[in-house]
Amino acid sequence: MTFDESYFSIGRLDRLSYQDTFVHRLDPRAKVVSTILFLFTVISFPKYEIAALIPFFLFPVLLTTLGDIPVRFLLKKVVIVSPFAIFIGIFNPLLDTRTVAVIAGVTLSAGWLSFLTILIKFTLTISAALLLIATTSFPGICHALRRLGVPAIFVSQLLFLYRYLFVLMEEAMRLVRARDMRSFGEHGSGMTIVVRLIGTLFLRTVERAERVYSAMLSRGFNGDMPSVKQHSLRPVDVLYVLATISFLAIFRFVPITGLIGSLTQELSK
Amino acid sequence: MSHHFVEFKDVLFHYPDGTEALKGVSFRITHGESVGIVGANGSGKSTLLLHMNGYLLPSSGTVTVGDIELQKKTRQEVRRKVGIVFQNPDDQLFMPTVFDDVSFGPLNLGMSPECVQERVMDALKTVNCLDLRDKPPHHLSGGQKSAVAIASVIAMEPDILVMDEPAANLDPKSRRSLITMLKTFVHTKIVASHDLDLILDVCQRCIVIREGAVVADGPSTEILSNKTLLEENNLELPLSHQRR
Repeated sequence: MTFDESYFSIGRLDRLSYQDTFVHRLDPRAKVVSTILFLFTVISFPKYEIAALIPFFLFPVLLTTLGDIPVRFLLKKVVIVSPFAIFIGIFNPLLDTRTVAVIAGVTLSAGWLSFLTILIKFTLTISAALLLIATTSFPGICHALRRLGVPAIFVSQLLFLYRYLFVLMEEAMRLVRARDMRSFGEHGSGMTIVVRLIGTLFLRTVERAERVYSAMLSRGFNGDMPSVKQHSLRPVDVLYVLATISFLAIFRFVPITGLIGSLTQELSK
Repeated sequence: MSHHFVEFKDVLFHYPDGTEALKGVSFRITHGESVGIVGANGSGKSTLLLHMNGYLLPSSGTVTVGDIELQKKTRQEVRRKVGIVFQNPDDQLFMPTVFDDVSFGPLNLGMSPECVQERVMDALKTVNCLDLRDKPPHHLSGGQKSAVAIASVIAMEPDILVMDEPAANLDPKSRRSLITMLKTFVHTKIVASHDLDLILDVCQRCIVIREGAVVADGPSTEILSNKTLLEENNLELPLSHQRR
C-alpha cells in the first residue's frame, strides 16, 4: 500500500540522522545557519540565471558525500515534491516567448530558460533542506532554532509536529486499514467515507491533545520546552560557517561558469 | 514521613455535559501504602486519577495531598508530589527523544543540568532503557514506550506514584519486570487496573469503584477472593485464584 510506503520512508529520513560522520557531528546551529544562507543565496538569483546556479550543486553534493547519505533516496524525495515546482513554472514557456538563443536550429525562448531556473532552484533548496534534516535530525534543528533566538512557542509547535506526525500517521493508517478490511471494491471507498474518516481522525486528535496536555501539566509544564543538551560551538563549527559564507559569496558575485568556459577556450587555442 | 498521604472526602464530580462521574468518593491512603483501584469500564477510575494531580478539580468535596488541599492555586505544588503514569505511553511521551522526555519533568522542577542528567540516567537505568536515550519515541516498541513513560515520571522522584493500567499492552515478560520494579518503589503507590493479578502482586489494599462511588475497600487478598463482589463489578477472580 502506498500509504504505508510513504510513511516508512519518512521514518528513514529520520534514521539517517543517527549516523556519526563529520557533517553529523557539526553543531546544529552551524548547519542551520549555513543552510539558511544557502537558501537565500540561491533564491536571490534573477530568473534567467542558469549558468551561475550550477556551481551551487557543490554544496548538496559535498554534504551527501561527507554525510554518507544515499543519493538515490535523496533524489527520490526531491522528485516526490517536484510537482509543486513544475506547476509554478510550467506556464512560463507559453507566456514568455521571446527568443534568447538558437541552438542547433532550435529556438530557445526566455520562458523555457526561466522554467529551468525554477527547477534548478527548487532542486537545490529542497535537497539542502532534506540534507539538513538527514544530517541534523529534526529535534536537533528545533533546539538549534531555540538557541538562535526563535520564540519558545514556535519551537514547541515544531517539536509537537514532529513527535505526533508519526502517531497521527499510524492512527490514520489504522483507520484506512480498518476501512479496507470491510470495504469490497468500490463500496466503502467513496468520498463520503473518506470525509468521515477525516472527521474521526480529527476527533481522536482533539482527545489525544487533551490527554497529552494533562500529561504535560502533571510534569510541571509552564510554557517552555526545556532541554539540557548544551552544544558548544567548536572552532570547526565556526570554520564551517565561515567557509560556507565565503563560498556562497564567491559563487554569488563571481561568474565562475563563465570563467571556466573562457579558461577552457584559452587552453584549447 | 507521615505527610505522603492522599485523602478524598465526599468528592463529587460532574463533567461539563452533566455526566456524574464521581458521586461522593471518600478514602484515605497513608504513607507507604500501595493501593489498587479496580472497577468496571466507565466506573470512574480514570476520573478519580485525574483528581490526584489537579487536572480535574472536584465539583464539591475535598482532595488533600500531603498537607495541601487541592485547589486551583495549589495545583502546581500537588503536581510536584504526585507523579501520574498515563495509560497510553504515546500521550505520555511528547518530546522528540527519550532523553528529552525523561528530562522534561526534572527541568521543569528547576533543577540544574548536571542534576537532571543524573536523575535521567538513574531513572532510565531503573527501567533498563539506558540504551534508548537518544531514540525518538516513535522508533520504540510498545513495551519500551511503557518503560520510558514510567521513567519519565520516576525521574521527578514523586512522593506518590499513580498509574493507570500500567501493564496494558505489555508482553508477559515486560509485565513481570514491571511488577518487580513496582515492588521496589517504596513510596505510596496507587494503581488502577483490570489486571487483578498485578494488583494482587503489587498492592496490599484494594478499592472497588462502581458508578462513581466506593463499594469496597480492604486488603487485596480479601477483596480479590470475593467472587460475588467481583462479579457484581464486571470483574472476575484473579487467575491465580481460579481453580479449574
